[in-house]
Amino acid sequence: MDAHISLTVDGTERSLDVDTRTTLLDALRERLAVTSPKKGCDHGQCGSCTVLLDGRRHLTCLTLAVAHDGAEVVTAAGLADDGLHPVQQAFLDHDGYQCGYCTPGQVCSAVGMLDEAKQGHPSHVTDDLVGDVDLDDDEIRERMSGNLCRCGAYPGILAAIREAATA
Amino acid sequence: MTEQVVRPLAVRSVGRSLERVDGHEKVTGAAAYAVEHGEADGVIDPLHVWLVQSTVARGRVARLRPEAALSHPGVVAVIDHSNAPRLRDTGNRELLILQDDAVGFRGQVVALVLAESAESAREGAALVDVSYEVEPHEAELREDNATYKPDSVNPDMDTDTEDGDVDAALAAAEVVVDHVYRTPYEHNNPLEPHATTAWWEDDAGREVLSMFDSTQGVHGVVESLAPLFGLEAEQVRVRAPYVGGGFGSKGEAHAHVVAAALAARTTKGRPVKLAVTRQQMFALTGYRTATISHLRLGATADGTLTAIEHAVQEQTSAIREYAEQTASPTRMMYAAPNRRTSHRLARLDVAVPSWMRAPGEMPGMFAHEVAMDELAVACGIDPLEVRERNEPDVDPETGRPFNNRRLLECLHRGAERFDWASRPPGPRATVDGDWWVGTGVASATYPAMKMPGNSARVRSLDDGRYAVAIGSVDIGTGARTVLTQIAADALDVEPGDIDLAIADTRLPPASVAGGSSGTSSWGTAIVAAAQRFRADHGPSPDPGVETTASAADDPAAEQYAFHSFGAVFAEARVNRWTGEVRVPRLLGVYSVGRVVNPMTARSQLLGGLVMGLSAGLFEESHRDPRFGHVVTQDLATYHVAAHADVLDLDAEWLEEADEVFTPMGSRGIGEIGIVGTAAAVANATFHATGVRVRSLPLTADRFLA
Repeated sequence: MDAHISLTVDGTERSLDVDTRTTLLDALRERLAVTSPKKGCDHGQCGSCTVLLDGRRHLTCLTLAVAHDGAEVVTAAGLADDGLHPVQQAFLDHDGYQCGYCTPGQVCSAVGMLDEAKQGHPSHVTDDLVGDVDLDDDEIRERMSGNLCRCGAYPGILAAIREAATA
Repeated sequence: MTEQVVRPLAVRSVGRSLERVDGHEKVTGAAAYAVEHGEADGVIDPLHVWLVQSTVARGRVARLRPEAALSHPGVVAVIDHSNAPRLRDTGNRELLILQDDAVGFRGQVVALVLAESAESAREGAALVDVSYEVEPHEAELREDNATYKPDSVNPDMDTDTEDGDVDAALAAAEVVVDHVYRTPYEHNNPLEPHATTAWWEDDAGREVLSMFDSTQGVHGVVESLAPLFGLEAEQVRVRAPYVGGGFGSKGEAHAHVVAAALAARTTKGRPVKLAVTRQQMFALTGYRTATISHLRLGATADGTLTAIEHAVQEQTSAIREYAEQTASPTRMMYAAPNRRTSHRLARLDVAVPSWMRAPGEMPGMFAHEVAMDELAVACGIDPLEVRERNEPDVDPETGRPFNNRRLLECLHRGAERFDWASRPPGPRATVDGDWWVGTGVASATYPAMKMPGNSARVRSLDDGRYAVAIGSVDIGTGARTVLTQIAADALDVEPGDIDLAIADTRLPPASVAGGSSGTSSWGTAIVAAAQRFRADHGPSPDPGVETTASAADDPAAEQYAFHSFGAVFAEARVNRWTGEVRVPRLLGVYSVGRVVNPMTARSQLLGGLVMGLSAGLFEESHRDPRFGHVVTQDLATYHVAAHADVLDLDAEWLEEADEVFTPMGSRGIGEIGIVGTAAAVANATFHATGVRVRSLPLTADRFLA
């Protein structure tokens, strides 16, 4: 069974008919040829498919495209109008990646996470649940633990996000 | 082919932290991996392939009914052994899929479903009705069934070695350490699952199979596939512009690559895309065998080794042999006049094991380095001292001198940085709140390897720049960047003047990105081609002239044993009440030759340490011997280190240049970071708690006995 949906993807309005079994990730990758979000597990276990969905980080493999008619999707390819987003530049400066497969998801997750911290959302390691978030190394590590990197680029990712957080 | 005797490189760019030349593509997601190519790359209107896997460990396909799948909307075809295109038997039964009804392991490919969408293909695969004639199987590695002696171990090493009289030396030894150490099944799990896009086309009357494949070596894929399909090598083109990690599991073509080519054979030129799922990877794309190491060390009271015995038991698959060289580092690591190593296998009805980062060294050095810690404890001496005392003058295995064995310098530098001098000598000496705290050390080593069969091409361009080509693959190591630096120095130009092309079998041949051999092998070929180019065409060549060359063998190099070395230091905290292990500090100090690019090299070494830490604390594939498959077949149940597991981590290296080994002075860095790391962590947990754990991973239950 097909359904008609519209999405704004990296600033461009896209309309398509999708099989109702289609995940948002497959709609992006297979139907719209938007391959910046990656498929590492298809089960919400690795974070490679992370995008900003209506402004918040989201795993696109764990949600059906038909549920997001009218949504705004920003992938790592659409974070900056021109050039690179500061988080992306920090990833380059600190070599926060190797093979690059988890990287677009890491970058989107970092951008979403920095916004969550700015809004005061606590994490599992936050002591003060109501005050401002002090985004120290433990906070960054905890908040980025939904994005696996098998190359083990975590020290570079940490350094990149630390820099982006204080920029 | 021109062979060039290479001279050491005058380094300018080599040694500098050039930013990755493909970084922008990676942080934006613009880099296209194996099933992300579209019309611009010739992938037009592809079909999707889904694998149907056997649900029994051994037997025959009794009946396969495709009707329900074929009637599902979007399904185009079901291919099984009755209608699959025929393959030629090349002796590799892992690759010889869909040629008969035999099932050799649970998870083996028994059918393919082609469909217009991935959703239809997947549903079609679920609708294929397969029944089996089940035969008894064996899928459990035990000490009593791992008795088969292979002819050799990976890649072509002696199965057994013996020197002196080990039994007599052990009988006479003042101190004996005699224990069994175990490492579990481990799966490589690169973040990009294995994937292939394939299509057949007609090229002037000849069939050509084209593929984008997620592989560590494009030429190796051709070598595997061309004879299977009865093709000349030129009739298969494989490209791998971006590969999302491999760690050995993409070192050779596995069955899914054949599946994609077979499926594409039936579509009259229409491309097919086959993406292996994370779950399927646990049966189809290789893994590290579990190992059982019986270590016996004999020593004098001061810790001087008189005998080393390392008897290994592990497993292979019945359909294809792979024998991990687990005792190989034991043969060269420490001095002792009496030594013996052996490997015995259980041949099981299970998925085919293969390379995983530092095959041999990783499990073997875990066993040996924990045993050395036990020897230090038994002799009442410091773990550093026991290693100093057994430092060999020459390679004990070959009798050749080591070129640059700087293990002790690595140990001393690490000890200084880790404040080893203030370490309490005995275990269970430090408590911090709810946590026992301790530190541990282990040595690391990995052989320096250069592969045959590499050549490179240099061509002058119109704008004064140079096109440099070699078919090597960058799986995330930074090869694209470091080869650019090497080419620039070899031609005495800036990195920006190099237009590097890689990862295509239309380019000069390159060996696999594995065994820490890539930069050494490909870089040497590039230096050979560049030096030959300058000799032939001078410093100001006309545009469009080119030279293809490979490096001549250097007979002088054969008199040495080439190995890299390292020392890993770990601090472990073990929770007194829950047994949870945390590693707040992990440091590796390495001697790896000249570092070509400090930034990417550091990431490689840190990445190896992370994988070693992950193996130390988490990684374990559970096979259910009743059914023959790994039940922990996803990233929720097969745990790899997440960001919060990796705390203060650092790597450094000794300044050096091994110009006997390569003209760049480098020796390779991809594997050594994983070697010894789990042992250092295990030794630190012993120092923290007094509980000696001889099996990986170091899960909480082991500290609560």
